[in-house]
Amino acid sequence: MTIDLKTIKHISKLSRISVDEAKAEKLAGDLNSIFKFIEKLNELKTDNVEPLTSVAETTLRLRGDEVKSNNIKEEIIKNSPKENKDFFVVPKVVE
Amino acid sequence: MSDLTTQTLVKLCKNIKEKKISSTEVTKAFIERSEKSKTLNAYITTDFENALTKAKQFDEKPNLDLKLPGIPIAVKDLFCTKKVKTTAGSKILQSFTPTYESTVTDNLWNAGGILLGKLNCDEFAMGSSNETSYYGNVQNPIDENLVPGGSSGGSASAVAAQLTPITIGTDTGGSIRQPASFTGTVGLKPTYGSCSRYGIVAFASSLDQAGPMSQNVEDCALLHEVISTFDNKDSTSINFKRNNYLQELSKNIKGKKIGIPKEYRVEGMPKEIEDLWQKGIDYIKECGAEVVDISLPHTSYALPTYYIVAPAEASSNLARYDGVKYGFRAEGKNLIDMYEKTRSEGFGAEVQRRIMIGTYVLSSGYYDAYYLKAQKVRKLIKNDFDEAYKQVDAILTPSTPSSAFKIGEKKDDPVSMYLNDIFTVPVNLAGLPGISIPAGHDAKGYPLGLQIIGKAFDEQNILNIAYAMEEKIGFKNNITDWWIK
Repeated sequence: MTIDLKTIKHISKLSRISVDEAKAEKLAGDLNSIFKFIEKLNELKTDNVEPLTSVAETTLRLRGDEVKSNNIKEEIIKNSPKENKDFFVVPKVVE
Repeated sequence: MSDLTTQTLVKLCKNIKEKKISSTEVTKAFIERSEKSKTLNAYITTDFENALTKAKQFDEKPNLDLKLPGIPIAVKDLFCTKKVKTTAGSKILQSFTPTYESTVTDNLWNAGGILLGKLNCDEFAMGSSNETSYYGNVQNPIDENLVPGGSSGGSASAVAAQLTPITIGTDTGGSIRQPASFTGTVGLKPTYGSCSRYGIVAFASSLDQAGPMSQNVEDCALLHEVISTFDNKDSTSINFKRNNYLQELSKNIKGKKIGIPKEYRVEGMPKEIEDLWQKGIDYIKECGAEVVDISLPHTSYALPTYYIVAPAEASSNLARYDGVKYGFRAEGKNLIDMYEKTRSEGFGAEVQRRIMIGTYVLSSGYYDAYYLKAQKVRKLIKNDFDEAYKQVDAILTPSTPSSAFKIGEKKDDPVSMYLNDIFTVPVNLAGLPGISIPAGHDAKGYPLGLQIIGKAFDEQNILNIAYAMEEKIGFKNNITDWWIK
């Protein structure tokens, strides 16, 4: 299968990465060579194979729903590129 | 005592414990050498002043029972370190300073280790040459034109150049073992679930695993002992009985059965690699182990599987970088525009490429054909190993299909770059432990590594095999300090 520019634009939208024409063309080329390589998997019949989701054969441990640390609002917000009074600031969403 | 930086970790620990040297002397020596080695570009962030203060504090109140008594250590910049910048080699995290500590690094400091700084790596650990780092490529101390391998390229370079006695890397598809092989050092990728992933910047969660990198097998065993712990904070951490890996290290591997998988003789593999592998087989026999021919029939499907599974998980893990909560932000005319510009400017080309692959294989209409298919093939690959381990105790293969290549040589051809990990990737897909040890040189004098793959949780066994082989091989790295003027 071939990945065309329309597909690249679609994936770009889904992954929230903007691409201009030049970048889209480069990406289409790269992705096509990678998918050609990936297509080798079609040689295998896998109808009756169970998919492997995790190599660790344990059931996922769940944590108790407990408060571990209090009043860390400041710490959490410290790394944000833009903040105001303990809030993350983003461009206007609602007009 | 001069030449402190040439001492092994085990020796440094012993000398500090016997009060022959102080932590301050050792720390100073590694800082001085690191400062003279800026050309290598091994560090992204240094924390030398703090390191010296901590060394002095250690010397004033030394706790000599600790496993790493006052030992300075630089770590891959993928581990979150409290109050010390953590970038994952990316522009998008250039201003990120964690407010918490990763469990693996926490284990180091609790054992007496002292942070020297954060080592360069491929951006979000995506790369096999350290050329995708936003902070520039790292040079291999073997030769200025060579890549150190990746993604733990800064870590490998720093250990080989003796800027740190030991280090920690992470391995998703070979990111510890391939750079170890390229720099003539030892690198262990532990069993999935052996070392906590808490506080490690996530790339592909079902594959990522932290591990030690060192000058020799003893140091590797000691470091593994320190970092391999059960951790409640990581839901994939496994509670099993861990060994005292250094104490239990033994060269006696008589009667062990070592498998040689025929599928690893790949097309176009240089004769030098074939020869090295044969030498390895001879050494194993000399150590009294038995060599058994085995088959891992799905080997050639491992890389294509990896290049679906890893990007799929990466695309989901990296969704959190949106310019809101941390790091770099590009201005946009509305929220969506800001997200798109931030991610387009903040991520490098390789990361964008992998996010795109991952998004595509998980997208509606393609999930079954790609992602589900890859999970099924992953099962077949794991089954191959399970079958093999009914006959053998460990498996011996080359670590990489070639020695270190030149900077820039493979940059524009992603598939050729991916092929570097052809011998290491199956191990991550199956969740097994694998170690790369330096085993010889090619005609150009560049190091070559051999890989020993073990059963799950059987790190002691592969460390022992590596230890026995190391003695037979008698490897010496040809590093001339060319970068120190």
